Amino acid sequence: MLQYVIRRVFIAIPLLIVASILTFALTTAMGDPLADWKLLKARTPAEISSEYHRIGWDRSPPERYLDWAGGFVTGDWKTTIIPGNGTQDVRSEIGRALGVTLQLVIFSEVIALLLGMAVGALGAVRQYSFFDYAATGAAFFMFSMPLFCVAVILKFAGIQLNNWLENIGLGRWIVTSGPPRDGFSGGLGHILYTYSGAFILPVLSLVAIQFALYSRFQRASLLDTLNADYVRTARAKGLTPARVVVRHALRTGLIPVVTVFALDLGILFGGAIITETVFGWRGMGALIVDAITKKEPWMVQSWMMVTAIVIVLFTLLADIVYAYLDPRIRLG
Amino acid sequence: MVDLKSVPADRAGAGAGFADTEARAQWRTVARRFVRHKAAVAGMALFAVLLLFAFAGPLLWTASLDAGGDAKIAPGGVHPFGTDRIGRDMLAQVISGTRFSLQIALVVAVVATVAGVVLGALAGYLRGLVDAGISRLIDLLLCVPNLVITAVLARSTFTLAPSVQNQSNWLTVALIIALFTSWFPIARTIRGLTLSLREKEFVEAARALGAPTSRIVFRHILPNTVDVIIVNATVTVAQAVLLESALSFVNLGVHRPEASLGLLINENKNELATLPWLFWFPFVFIVLISLSVNFMGDGLRDAFDPRQRKVRA
Repeated sequence: MLQYVIRRVFIAIPLLIVASILTFALTTAMGDPLADWKLLKARTPAEISSEYHRIGWDRSPPERYLDWAGGFVTGDWKTTIIPGNGTQDVRSEIGRALGVTLQLVIFSEVIALLLGMAVGALGAVRQYSFFDYAATGAAFFMFSMPLFCVAVILKFAGIQLNNWLENIGLGRWIVTSGPPRDGFSGGLGHILYTYSGAFILPVLSLVAIQFALYSRFQRASLLDTLNADYVRTARAKGLTPARVVVRHALRTGLIPVVTVFALDLGILFGGAIITETVFGWRGMGALIVDAITKKEPWMVQSWMMVTAIVIVLFTLLADIVYAYLDPRIRLG
Repeated sequence: MVDLKSVPADRAGAGAGFADTEARAQWRTVARRFVRHKAAVAGMALFAVLLLFAFAGPLLWTASLDAGGDAKIAPGGVHPFGTDRIGRDMLAQVISGTRFSLQIALVVAVVATVAGVVLGALAGYLRGLVDAGISRLIDLLLCVPNLVITAVLARSTFTLAPSVQNQSNWLTVALIIALFTSWFPIARTIRGLTLSLREKEFVEAARALGAPTSRIVFRHILPNTVDVIIVNATVTVAQAVLLESALSFVNLGVHRPEASLGLLINENKNELATLPWLFWFPFVFIVLISLSVNFMGDGLRDAFDPRQRKVRA
């Protein structure tokens, strides 16, 4: 097992190095960072060349890459450079945003996974029942729904709910400006109240999209195992139906779901872009939209690199869990 | 599989009928199964209506796309979908939005399918370095959320200040979506299928006869994956519509004067309480496009491979 883990880690390192080159190429393809600054008003050639020199764009792309890569490894991630944006430190900004987004993403992912597994498993056990058809229909509908519409509609519903709560004298519960600032202060009731008010809508909209996927996946994989010979054997031995499903079929049926879990992290980060924009969270999603809009090269570059690292790490984790669950993989 | 061409009414006719029983072509079997799949047929009809709406709509509904009329009129009468904050007719907006969304989706589906099929088949058939190169490239591009890849690349097609550069960037956006995200799933699936097909006897026979690689791949292997290709292409249409609308929603996709449905929603997202129709009409059309395409894809999948069928035909 240890050997397997070491092997996987060593595969991940060159992958990340190539990923850094690729993300650098993407960032370069974003175009001239000063294009909008030059359009803003007429600039003298001297002004323009000194500005290019200031942001380091008078050097060739390979030089810029090595400069950035050296800084990234040693902890100097540079700052925002477009004139008029101020100079924000990229590293502390991404660190702060990652904290915000991970809260949202992990929370949503766990809920979506649990809900999806439960609904999918039930759909498989009661195949072709009313519940199965209803769940299939709902999943189908969710697949066809753009996430940002779900979010916008939920936000609207939240505002209506707030107005209603205020009318009956309970104050505004739903907050659409990111996680609570004051952290865990006040009594338990107060903490629950503020956190649920801030998290419920963004989490709901991410869950709505992800859960459909998980439930379909869990249903298909459990259907496969339910028809396997060893499950028939377990039934033939006279075990109770519940024990057969939970102990014999579900365990094997969980394996494929573990892999999607990690693969979907990328989708969730993408989803966070939408939810954060709609609900006013200042996390990774809002950060990248802002950085791309302003063409901040170092911010975009480091953002993509950090996301790539997070995704590779989770894929690695999923591989390890997978190998732990299925001996054929670590020994094969 | 055999086809009873006609059901004879009498005994004498029965014998004659069975005498010219003939094999049914595969595409006819598939077409029959598809037609029996009610949701799929409904999806196809709906998609056809949407195409008509988007491409023939401007001929019938000649209201101007520009501002100028009365602003904020509720749906009904002269403006069936109402007008927006600056007096643009919403029906004309939705027609043109649907057209841009569909144009992008169809371009993406064609380009991504061709790229995915060719690269996937080459990776699966040639294996070795080609396979490693293509597969690792896909792994790499999956490390960055596809919304971000497309947004970063689409950023070079427009400037924040209005300029001529912002016009007609829909094709660029479509090509970016196709070439940097949409072909991966198709390529992966085709690669897997090719890996198993290349070991089959008929491929070995073709190779023994001296057929060149291109002939083996395009004439012997790919025709056996047509079902998967068609189903994937359909699903790609739905995903492209959603991805493009998400891009437009964060203002990193197409730009005025080319408004897609996503951009319409973005412009009107804060009017849900005051001018709700500005949000609901584009929203309904996005959902209709992706629902109809998903239903079609589902029906095609069942028609090609009845073993996976969910609905009894």
